[in-house]
Amino acid sequence: MYKLEVQDLHKRYGSHEVLKGVSLAAKAGDVISIIGSSGSGKSTFLRCINLLEQPHGGKILLNDEELKLVANKEGALKAADPKQLQRMRSRLAMVFQHFNLWSHMSALENVMEAPVHVLGMSKKEALEKAEHYLNKVGVAHRKDAYPAHMSGGEQQRVAIARALAMEPEVMLFDEPTSALDPELVGEVLKVMQDLAQEGRTMVVVTHEMGFAREVSNQLVFLHKGVVEERGCPKEVLVNPQSERLQQFLSGSLK
Amino acid sequence: MIFDFNVIWESLPLYFGGVLVTLQLLLISLAAGLAMAIPLALMRVSKSPLVNFPAWLYTYVVRGTPMLVQLFLIYYGLAQFEAVRDSVLWPYLSNATFCACLAFGINTSAYSAEILAGSLKSTPPGEIEAAKAVGMSRFKLYRRILLPSALRRALPQYSNEVIMMLHTTSLASIVTLIDITGAARTVSSQHYLPFEAFITAGVFYLCLTFILVRLFKRAERRWLVYLAPRKA
Repeated sequence: MYKLEVQDLHKRYGSHEVLKGVSLAAKAGDVISIIGSSGSGKSTFLRCINLLEQPHGGKILLNDEELKLVANKEGALKAADPKQLQRMRSRLAMVFQHFNLWSHMSALENVMEAPVHVLGMSKKEALEKAEHYLNKVGVAHRKDAYPAHMSGGEQQRVAIARALAMEPEVMLFDEPTSALDPELVGEVLKVMQDLAQEGRTMVVVTHEMGFAREVSNQLVFLHKGVVEERGCPKEVLVNPQSERLQQFLSGSLK
Repeated sequence: MIFDFNVIWESLPLYFGGVLVTLQLLLISLAAGLAMAIPLALMRVSKSPLVNFPAWLYTYVVRGTPMLVQLFLIYYGLAQFEAVRDSVLWPYLSNATFCACLAFGINTSAYSAEILAGSLKSTPPGEIEAAKAVGMSRFKLYRRILLPSALRRALPQYSNEVIMMLHTTSLASIVTLIDITGAARTVSSQHYLPFEAFITAGVFYLCLTFILVRLFKRAERRWLVYLAPRKA
Protein backbone atom coordinates (compact mmCIF):
# COMPACT_ATOMS: atom_id res chain seq x y z
CA MET A 1 0.00 0.00 0.00
CA TYR A 2 1.23 3.44 -0.88
CA LYS A 3 1.10 6.37 1.50
CA LEU A 4 0.92 8.83 -1.32
CA GLU A 5 0.18 8.11 -4.91
CA VAL A 6 0.02 10.61 -7.74
CA GLN A 7 -1.05 9.29 -11.12
CA ASP A 8 -0.54 10.92 -14.49
CA LEU A 9 -0.66 14.53 -13.33
CA HIS A 10 -1.17 17.19 -16.00
CA LYS A 11 -0.98 20.93 -15.54
CA ARG A 12 -0.93 23.81 -17.96
CA TYR A 13 -0.75 27.58 -17.80
CA GLY A 14 -2.84 28.80 -20.70
CA SER A 15 -1.71 26.71 -23.62
CA HIS A 16 1.70 26.00 -22.11
CA GLU A 17 1.79 22.52 -20.65
CA VAL A 18 4.13 22.40 -17.67
CA LEU A 19 3.34 18.88 -16.46
CA LYS A 20 2.71 16.20 -19.06
CA GLY A 21 1.66 13.22 -17.02
CA VAL A 22 3.88 12.90 -13.97
CA SER A 23 3.37 10.02 -11.56
CA LEU A 24 4.85 9.24 -8.21
CA ALA A 25 4.27 6.68 -5.50
CA ALA A 26 5.65 6.80 -1.98
CA LYS A 27 5.54 3.93 0.47
CA ALA A 28 5.84 4.54 4.19
CA GLY A 29 9.36 5.70 4.96
CA ASP A 30 10.23 6.62 1.41
CA VAL A 31 12.23 9.77 0.84
CA ILE A 32 11.79 10.88 -2.73
CA SER A 33 13.92 13.67 -4.14
CA ILE A 34 12.69 15.52 -7.19
CA ILE A 35 15.40 17.31 -9.11
CA GLY A 36 15.43 19.24 -12.35
CA SER A 37 16.33 22.61 -13.74
CA SER A 38 14.25 25.76 -13.25
CA GLY A 39 11.02 25.56 -15.20
CA SER A 40 11.02 21.77 -15.27
CA GLY A 41 7.77 21.80 -13.29
CA LYS A 42 9.06 20.22 -10.10
CA SER A 43 7.67 22.85 -7.71
CA THR A 44 4.42 22.98 -9.66
CA PHE A 45 4.14 19.22 -9.33
CA LEU A 46 4.60 19.37 -5.57
CA ARG A 47 2.09 22.20 -5.23
CA CYS A 48 -0.47 20.25 -7.25
CA ILE A 49 -0.33 17.41 -4.75
CA ASN A 50 -2.06 19.49 -2.08
CA LEU A 51 -3.93 21.55 -4.63
CA LEU A 52 -2.17 24.85 -4.03
CA GLU A 53 -2.08 24.71 -7.82
CA GLN A 54 -4.94 23.26 -9.79
CA PRO A 55 -3.93 20.37 -12.01
CA HIS A 56 -5.77 19.69 -15.27
CA GLY A 57 -5.68 15.94 -15.06
CA GLY A 58 -4.56 13.11 -12.85
CA LYS A 59 -5.34 11.39 -9.59
CA ILE A 60 -4.09 12.02 -6.08
CA LEU A 61 -4.43 9.34 -3.41
CA LEU A 62 -3.44 9.52 0.22
CA ASN A 63 -3.50 6.18 2.05
CA ASP A 64 -5.60 4.79 -0.83
CA GLU A 65 -8.19 7.51 -0.36
CA GLU A 66 -8.68 9.32 -3.63
CA LEU A 67 -9.06 13.08 -3.56
CA LYS A 68 -12.29 13.77 -5.42
CA LEU A 69 -11.77 16.34 -8.14
CA VAL A 70 -14.13 18.20 -10.45
CA ALA A 71 -13.21 20.36 -13.42
CA ASN A 72 -14.15 24.03 -13.54
CA LYS A 73 -15.04 25.70 -16.85
CA GLU A 74 -11.40 26.26 -17.81
CA GLY A 75 -10.71 22.57 -17.25
CA ALA A 76 -8.70 23.02 -14.06
CA LEU A 77 -9.49 20.51 -11.35
CA LYS A 78 -10.65 21.56 -7.93
CA ALA A 79 -11.71 19.58 -4.91
CA ALA A 80 -15.28 18.32 -5.15
CA ASP A 81 -15.55 18.36 -1.39
CA PRO A 82 -13.68 21.16 0.42
CA LYS A 83 -13.94 19.22 3.68
CA GLN A 84 -12.10 16.26 2.16
CA LEU A 85 -9.41 18.56 0.77
CA GLN A 86 -8.93 20.23 4.16
CA ARG A 87 -8.66 16.86 5.84
CA MET A 88 -6.12 15.61 3.30
CA ARG A 89 -4.11 18.81 3.47
CA SER A 90 -3.92 18.51 7.24
CA ARG A 91 -2.25 15.12 6.75
CA LEU A 92 0.13 16.37 4.05
CA ALA A 93 2.37 18.92 5.69
CA MET A 94 4.23 21.33 3.46
CA VAL A 95 7.48 23.20 3.99
CA PHE A 96 8.00 26.15 1.67
CA GLN A 97 11.01 27.74 0.05
CA HIS A 98 10.26 31.07 1.71
CA PHE A 99 9.19 29.52 5.04
CA ASN A 100 5.80 31.30 5.00
CA LEU A 101 5.55 31.52 8.75
CA TRP A 102 2.64 33.62 9.98
CA SER A 103 4.42 36.85 10.72
CA HIS A 104 2.11 38.08 13.48
CA MET A 105 2.64 34.96 15.57
CA SER A 106 5.65 33.91 17.61
CA ALA A 107 7.48 30.71 16.72
CA LEU A 108 5.53 28.83 19.39
CA GLU A 109 2.19 30.22 18.21
CA ASN A 110 3.04 29.29 14.64
CA VAL A 111 3.59 25.68 15.63
CA MET A 112 0.50 25.50 17.87
CA GLU A 113 -1.88 27.18 15.43
CA ALA A 114 -2.91 24.32 13.18
CA PRO A 115 -3.04 21.56 15.81
CA VAL A 116 -5.42 23.71 17.87
CA HIS A 117 -7.48 25.31 15.13
CA VAL A 118 -7.48 22.61 12.46
CA LEU A 119 -7.13 19.36 14.38
CA GLY A 120 -9.03 20.63 17.43
CA MET A 121 -6.32 19.66 19.90
CA SER A 122 -6.42 21.18 23.38
CA LYS A 123 -4.12 24.17 23.95
CA LYS A 124 -2.24 22.32 26.66
CA GLU A 125 -1.51 19.30 24.49
CA ALA A 126 -0.57 21.49 21.52
CA LEU A 127 1.80 23.49 23.69
CA GLU A 128 3.60 20.36 24.83
CA LYS A 129 3.79 19.11 21.29
CA ALA A 130 5.02 22.44 19.95
CA GLU A 131 7.76 22.65 22.56
CA HIS A 132 8.77 19.09 21.81
CA TYR A 133 9.12 19.70 18.07
CA LEU A 134 10.80 23.10 18.44
CA ASN A 135 13.29 21.37 20.67
CA LYS A 136 13.75 18.60 18.16
CA VAL A 137 14.66 21.00 15.35
CA GLY A 138 16.89 22.96 17.72
CA VAL A 139 15.05 26.28 17.98
CA ALA A 140 13.39 25.91 21.38
CA HIS A 141 15.36 28.89 22.66
CA ARG A 142 13.67 31.11 20.03
CA LYS A 143 10.09 30.05 20.78
CA ASP A 144 8.90 33.55 21.73
CA ALA A 145 10.58 35.26 18.79
CA TYR A 146 8.64 36.54 15.81
CA PRO A 147 9.63 35.26 12.36
CA ALA A 148 11.05 38.61 11.26
CA HIS A 149 13.44 38.49 14.21
CA MET A 150 14.88 35.09 13.32
CA SER A 151 17.50 34.01 10.81
CA GLY A 152 16.41 32.17 7.68
CA GLY A 153 17.69 28.87 9.03
CA GLU A 154 15.78 29.34 12.27
CA GLN A 155 12.63 30.29 10.40
CA GLN A 156 12.84 27.23 8.19
CA ARG A 157 13.37 24.98 11.20
CA VAL A 158 10.33 26.54 12.88
CA ALA A 159 8.42 25.87 9.66
CA ILE A 160 9.52 22.23 9.80
CA ALA A 161 8.40 22.05 13.45
CA ARG A 162 5.06 23.54 12.35
CA ALA A 163 4.74 20.78 9.76
CA LEU A 164 5.77 18.07 12.25
CA ALA A 165 3.27 19.24 14.86
CA MET A 166 0.50 18.09 12.53
CA GLU A 167 2.01 14.59 12.68
CA PRO A 168 1.43 14.25 8.96
CA GLU A 169 1.38 11.11 6.85
CA VAL A 170 3.63 12.66 4.23
CA MET A 171 5.79 15.77 4.31
CA LEU A 172 6.25 17.87 1.18
CA PHE A 173 9.35 20.05 0.97
CA ASP A 174 9.43 22.72 -1.72
CA GLU A 175 13.08 23.73 -2.17
CA PRO A 176 13.48 24.17 1.58
CA THR A 177 17.06 25.40 1.43
CA SER A 178 17.01 27.53 -1.72
CA ALA A 179 16.36 30.81 0.09
CA LEU A 180 19.06 30.24 2.70
CA ASP A 181 22.64 31.45 2.99
CA PRO A 182 25.09 28.63 2.32
CA GLU A 183 26.10 28.48 5.97
CA LEU A 184 22.47 28.03 7.07
CA VAL A 185 21.69 25.28 4.56
CA GLY A 186 23.47 22.66 6.64
CA GLU A 187 21.37 23.12 9.77
CA VAL A 188 18.15 22.61 7.80
CA LEU A 189 19.48 19.62 5.85
CA LYS A 190 20.59 18.03 9.12
CA VAL A 191 17.07 18.28 10.50
CA MET A 192 15.66 16.79 7.31
CA GLN A 193 18.15 13.96 7.40
CA ASP A 194 17.11 13.15 10.99
CA LEU A 195 13.50 13.06 9.90
CA ALA A 196 14.32 10.72 7.04
CA GLN A 197 16.15 8.39 9.41
CA GLU A 198 13.10 8.30 11.69
CA GLY A 199 11.24 6.76 8.80
CA ARG A 200 9.06 9.70 7.83
CA THR A 201 7.65 9.72 4.35
CA MET A 202 8.98 12.74 2.48
CA VAL A 203 8.81 14.20 -0.99
CA VAL A 204 11.54 16.77 -1.45
CA VAL A 205 12.01 19.15 -4.34
CA THR A 206 15.64 20.13 -4.06
CA HIS A 207 18.79 21.42 -5.65
CA GLU A 208 20.94 19.77 -3.00
CA MET A 209 22.53 16.86 -4.86
CA GLY A 210 24.29 15.70 -1.72
CA PHE A 211 20.97 15.37 0.08
CA ALA A 212 19.37 13.66 -2.91
CA ARG A 213 22.20 11.13 -3.10
CA GLU A 214 22.77 10.42 0.58
CA VAL A 215 19.35 10.74 2.17
CA SER A 216 16.69 9.87 -0.36
CA ASN A 217 15.93 6.37 -1.56
CA GLN A 218 14.23 7.43 -4.78
CA LEU A 219 15.20 10.08 -7.25
CA VAL A 220 12.99 11.64 -9.88
CA PHE A 221 14.51 13.81 -12.57
CA LEU A 222 11.96 16.09 -14.19
CA HIS A 223 12.59 17.77 -17.48
CA LYS A 224 10.07 19.90 -19.36
CA GLY A 225 7.16 18.39 -17.48
CA VAL A 226 8.03 14.72 -17.92
CA VAL A 227 9.99 12.27 -15.80
CA GLU A 228 13.22 11.77 -17.74
CA GLU A 229 14.73 9.37 -15.31
CA ARG A 230 13.98 7.82 -11.95
CA GLY A 231 15.45 5.24 -9.67
CA CYS A 232 17.88 4.70 -6.85
CA PRO A 233 19.71 8.01 -6.38
CA LYS A 234 23.15 6.48 -6.03
CA GLU A 235 22.85 4.65 -9.33
CA VAL A 236 21.07 7.39 -11.23
CA LEU A 237 23.43 10.15 -10.12
CA VAL A 238 26.58 8.12 -10.71
CA ASN A 239 25.50 6.63 -13.94
CA PRO A 240 22.83 8.79 -15.61
CA GLN A 241 21.27 7.21 -18.67
CA SER A 242 19.55 10.14 -20.33
CA GLU A 243 21.47 12.90 -22.04
CA ARG A 244 19.39 15.51 -20.22
CA LEU A 245 20.39 14.29 -16.80
CA GLN A 246 24.03 14.03 -17.86
CA GLN A 247 23.88 17.66 -18.96
CA PHE A 248 22.09 18.69 -15.78
CA LEU A 249 24.62 16.95 -13.56
CA SER A 250 27.64 18.22 -15.42
CA GLY A 251 26.51 21.72 -14.46
CA SER A 252 26.61 20.92 -10.76
CA LEU A 253 29.84 20.41 -8.86
CA LYS A 254 28.33 17.73 -6.58
CA MET B 1 -4.18 92.57 22.58
CA ILE B 2 -5.58 91.44 25.87
CA PHE B 3 -6.51 87.81 26.23
CA ASP B 4 -9.60 87.56 28.39
CA PHE B 5 -8.81 84.64 30.71
CA ASN B 6 -11.76 85.33 32.99
CA VAL B 7 -14.34 84.55 30.40
CA ILE B 8 -12.56 81.32 29.47
CA TRP B 9 -12.19 80.33 33.12
CA GLU B 10 -15.88 80.85 33.71
CA SER B 11 -16.77 78.92 30.57
CA LEU B 12 -14.64 75.90 31.40
CA PRO B 13 -17.62 73.83 32.64
CA LEU B 14 -19.25 74.41 29.27
CA TYR B 15 -16.08 73.23 27.52
CA PHE B 16 -15.79 70.14 29.68
CA GLY B 17 -19.38 69.30 28.86
CA GLY B 18 -18.33 69.75 25.25
CA VAL B 19 -15.43 67.32 25.68
CA LEU B 20 -17.86 64.68 26.88
CA VAL B 21 -20.14 65.25 23.91
CA THR B 22 -17.18 65.12 21.51
CA LEU B 23 -15.91 61.89 23.05
CA GLN B 24 -19.38 60.38 23.01
CA LEU B 25 -19.79 61.21 19.32
CA LEU B 26 -16.31 59.91 18.53
CA LEU B 27 -16.59 56.63 20.40
CA ILE B 28 -20.07 55.75 19.16
CA SER B 29 -19.26 56.56 15.55
CA LEU B 30 -15.93 54.71 15.68
CA ALA B 31 -17.51 51.63 17.21
CA ALA B 32 -20.34 51.61 14.68
CA GLY B 33 -17.94 52.47 11.87
CA LEU B 34 -15.51 49.68 12.67
CA ALA B 35 -18.32 47.16 13.07
CA MET B 36 -19.49 48.06 9.56
CA ALA B 37 -15.97 48.37 8.15
CA ILE B 38 -14.96 44.75 8.77
CA PRO B 39 -17.72 43.15 6.65
CA LEU B 40 -17.34 45.92 4.06
CA ALA B 41 -13.59 45.31 3.81
CA LEU B 42 -14.20 41.59 3.40
CA MET B 43 -16.64 42.38 0.60
CA ARG B 44 -14.09 44.73 -0.97
CA VAL B 45 -11.49 41.97 -1.27
CA SER B 46 -13.94 39.47 -2.75
CA LYS B 47 -13.26 38.36 -6.30
CA SER B 48 -16.98 38.08 -6.99
CA PRO B 49 -18.25 41.33 -8.54
CA LEU B 50 -21.68 40.74 -7.02
CA VAL B 51 -20.17 40.96 -3.55
CA ASN B 52 -17.48 43.50 -4.30
CA PHE B 53 -19.51 46.04 -6.25
CA PRO B 54 -22.02 47.11 -3.56
CA ALA B 55 -19.18 47.68 -1.11
CA TRP B 56 -17.16 49.54 -3.72
CA LEU B 57 -20.15 51.77 -4.55
CA TYR B 58 -20.79 52.47 -0.87
CA THR B 59 -17.23 53.53 -0.10
CA TYR B 60 -17.00 55.45 -3.37
CA VAL B 61 -20.14 57.49 -2.68
CA VAL B 62 -19.39 58.09 0.99
CA ARG B 63 -15.77 59.05 0.38
CA GLY B 64 -16.75 61.08 -2.66
CA THR B 65 -19.08 63.48 -0.84
CA PRO B 66 -18.30 65.93 1.94
CA MET B 67 -19.11 64.94 5.50
CA LEU B 68 -21.14 68.11 6.01
CA VAL B 69 -23.37 67.34 3.03
CA GLN B 70 -24.01 63.85 4.41
CA LEU B 71 -24.84 65.27 7.83
CA PHE B 72 -27.24 67.84 6.38
CA LEU B 73 -28.92 65.19 4.26
CA ILE B 74 -29.52 62.95 7.24
CA TYR B 75 -30.48 65.61 9.78
CA TYR B 76 -32.35 68.15 7.64
CA GLY B 77 -32.95 66.28 4.38
CA LEU B 78 -34.77 63.24 5.72
CA ALA B 79 -37.13 65.36 7.82
CA GLN B 80 -38.61 66.73 4.63
CA PHE B 81 -40.43 63.45 3.95
CA GLU B 82 -43.69 62.77 5.69
CA ALA B 83 -43.06 59.05 5.54
CA VAL B 84 -39.93 59.56 7.60
CA ARG B 85 -41.69 61.83 10.10
CA ASP B 86 -44.44 59.27 10.54
CA SER B 87 -42.12 56.28 10.81
CA VAL B 88 -41.05 54.52 13.98
CA LEU B 89 -37.53 55.80 13.35
CA TRP B 90 -38.55 59.44 13.69
CA PRO B 91 -37.73 59.74 17.40
CA TYR B 92 -34.19 58.75 16.41
CA LEU B 93 -33.91 60.68 13.18
CA SER B 94 -35.13 63.88 14.81
CA ASN B 95 -32.42 63.54 17.45
CA ALA B 96 -29.30 65.51 16.58
CA THR B 97 -26.94 63.19 18.50
CA PHE B 98 -28.31 60.14 16.73
CA CYS B 99 -28.07 61.79 13.32
CA ALA B 100 -24.54 62.99 13.94
CA CYS B 101 -23.43 59.52 15.12
CA LEU B 102 -25.13 57.94 12.13
CA ALA B 103 -23.48 60.30 9.65
CA PHE B 104 -20.05 60.03 11.28
CA GLY B 105 -20.37 56.27 11.60
CA ILE B 106 -21.22 55.89 7.94
CA ASN B 107 -18.36 58.17 6.98
CA THR B 108 -15.69 56.48 9.04
CA SER B 109 -16.94 53.01 8.05
CA ALA B 110 -16.17 53.79 4.41
CA TYR B 111 -12.68 55.10 5.11
CA SER B 112 -11.88 52.32 7.58
CA ALA B 113 -13.16 49.69 5.15
CA GLU B 114 -10.75 50.91 2.48
CA ILE B 115 -7.85 50.99 4.96
CA LEU B 116 -8.64 47.46 6.09
CA ALA B 117 -9.20 46.19 2.55
CA GLY B 118 -5.79 47.55 1.55
CA SER B 119 -4.27 45.85 4.54
CA LEU B 120 -6.01 42.55 3.73
CA LYS B 121 -4.79 42.71 0.15
CA SER B 122 -1.21 43.27 1.24
CA THR B 123 -1.14 40.07 3.32
CA PRO B 124 1.88 38.08 2.13
CA PRO B 125 0.48 35.39 -0.24
CA GLY B 126 2.83 32.82 1.27
CA GLU B 127 1.11 33.13 4.64
CA ILE B 128 -2.23 32.44 2.98
CA GLU B 129 -0.79 29.41 1.20
CA ALA B 130 0.65 28.10 4.44
CA ALA B 131 -2.78 28.38 6.06
CA LYS B 132 -4.41 26.52 3.18
CA ALA B 133 -1.67 23.89 3.24
CA VAL B 134 -2.35 22.97 6.87
CA GLY B 135 -6.00 22.43 5.97
CA MET B 136 -7.68 25.60 7.22
CA SER B 137 -11.16 26.31 5.92
CA ARG B 138 -11.83 29.72 4.36
CA PHE B 139 -13.55 30.85 7.52
CA LYS B 140 -10.60 29.81 9.70
CA LEU B 141 -8.19 31.40 7.25
CA TYR B 142 -9.95 34.74 7.66
CA ARG B 143 -10.52 34.48 11.37
CA ARG B 144 -7.09 33.20 12.39
CA ILE B 145 -4.68 34.58 9.79
CA LEU B 146 -6.03 37.27 7.47
CA LEU B 147 -8.05 39.45 9.84
CA PRO B 148 -5.69 39.39 12.85
CA SER B 149 -2.76 40.17 10.60
CA ALA B 150 -4.56 42.84 8.56
CA LEU B 151 -6.09 44.59 11.58
CA ARG B 152 -2.67 44.90 13.14
CA ARG B 153 -1.03 46.22 10.02
CA ALA B 154 -3.88 48.70 9.58
CA LEU B 155 -3.23 50.28 12.99
CA PRO B 156 -0.94 53.16 11.91
CA GLN B 157 -3.31 54.21 9.14
CA TYR B 158 -6.34 53.70 11.31
CA SER B 159 -4.89 55.95 14.02
CA ASN B 160 -4.81 58.67 11.40
CA GLU B 161 -8.44 58.02 10.58
CA VAL B 162 -9.39 58.24 14.26
CA ILE B 163 -7.69 61.62 14.62
CA MET B 164 -9.41 62.86 11.49
CA MET B 165 -12.72 61.67 12.96
CA LEU B 166 -12.03 63.54 16.20
CA HIS B 167 -11.72 66.71 14.19
CA THR B 168 -14.69 65.85 12.01
CA THR B 169 -16.95 65.63 15.07
CA SER B 170 -16.66 69.44 15.25
CA LEU B 171 -19.29 69.49 12.49
CA ALA B 172 -21.81 68.32 15.08
CA SER B 173 -21.89 71.88 16.39
CA ILE B 174 -23.67 72.86 13.19
CA VAL B 175 -26.59 70.58 13.97
CA THR B 176 -27.14 72.20 17.39
CA LEU B 177 -24.92 69.93 19.51
CA ILE B 178 -22.72 71.52 22.18
CA ASP B 179 -19.47 69.65 21.62
CA ILE B 180 -16.11 71.40 22.07
CA THR B 181 -16.68 73.52 18.99
CA GLY B 182 -20.30 74.08 20.00
CA ALA B 183 -19.10 75.35 23.37
CA ALA B 184 -16.67 77.67 21.63
CA ARG B 185 -19.40 79.01 19.39
CA THR B 186 -21.61 79.68 22.41
CA VAL B 187 -18.83 81.48 24.26
CA SER B 188 -17.89 83.41 21.16
CA SER B 189 -21.38 84.72 20.53
CA GLN B 190 -22.21 85.43 24.16
CA HIS B 191 -19.10 87.46 24.86
CA TYR B 192 -18.08 88.39 21.35
CA LEU B 193 -14.64 86.96 21.95
CA PRO B 194 -14.11 84.64 19.01
CA PHE B 195 -10.33 84.42 19.40
CA GLU B 196 -10.40 83.34 23.05
CA ALA B 197 -13.31 80.98 22.42
CA PHE B 198 -11.81 79.13 19.49
CA ILE B 199 -8.22 79.04 20.69
CA THR B 200 -9.51 77.29 23.80
CA ALA B 201 -11.37 74.80 21.62
CA GLY B 202 -8.14 74.27 19.68
CA VAL B 203 -6.23 73.53 22.86
CA PHE B 204 -8.84 70.96 23.90
CA TYR B 205 -8.61 69.22 20.52
CA LEU B 206 -4.84 69.27 20.73
CA CYS B 207 -4.91 67.59 24.14
CA LEU B 208 -7.33 64.92 22.93
CA THR B 209 -5.20 64.30 19.85
CA PHE B 210 -2.14 63.93 22.04
CA ILE B 211 -3.91 61.32 24.17
CA LEU B 212 -5.11 59.43 21.09
CA VAL B 213 -1.64 59.40 19.57
CA ARG B 214 -0.21 58.02 22.79
CA LEU B 215 -2.87 55.33 22.97
CA PHE B 216 -2.16 54.23 19.41
CA LYS B 217 1.58 54.19 20.05
CA ARG B 218 0.91 51.84 22.94
CA ALA B 219 -1.34 49.68 20.80
CA GLU B 220 1.34 49.50 18.11
CA ARG B 221 3.97 48.52 20.65
CA ARG B 222 1.70 45.76 21.82
CA TRP B 223 0.36 44.41 18.53
CA LEU B 224 2.96 45.39 15.97
CA VAL B 225 6.18 44.37 17.70
CA TYR B 226 6.58 41.68 15.11
CA LEU B 227 7.19 44.30 12.44
CA ALA B 228 9.51 46.40 14.56
CA PRO B 229 13.28 46.00 14.37
CA ARG B 230 14.53 43.40 16.76
CA LYS B 231 15.48 44.73 20.17
CA ALA B 232 19.11 44.23 21.09
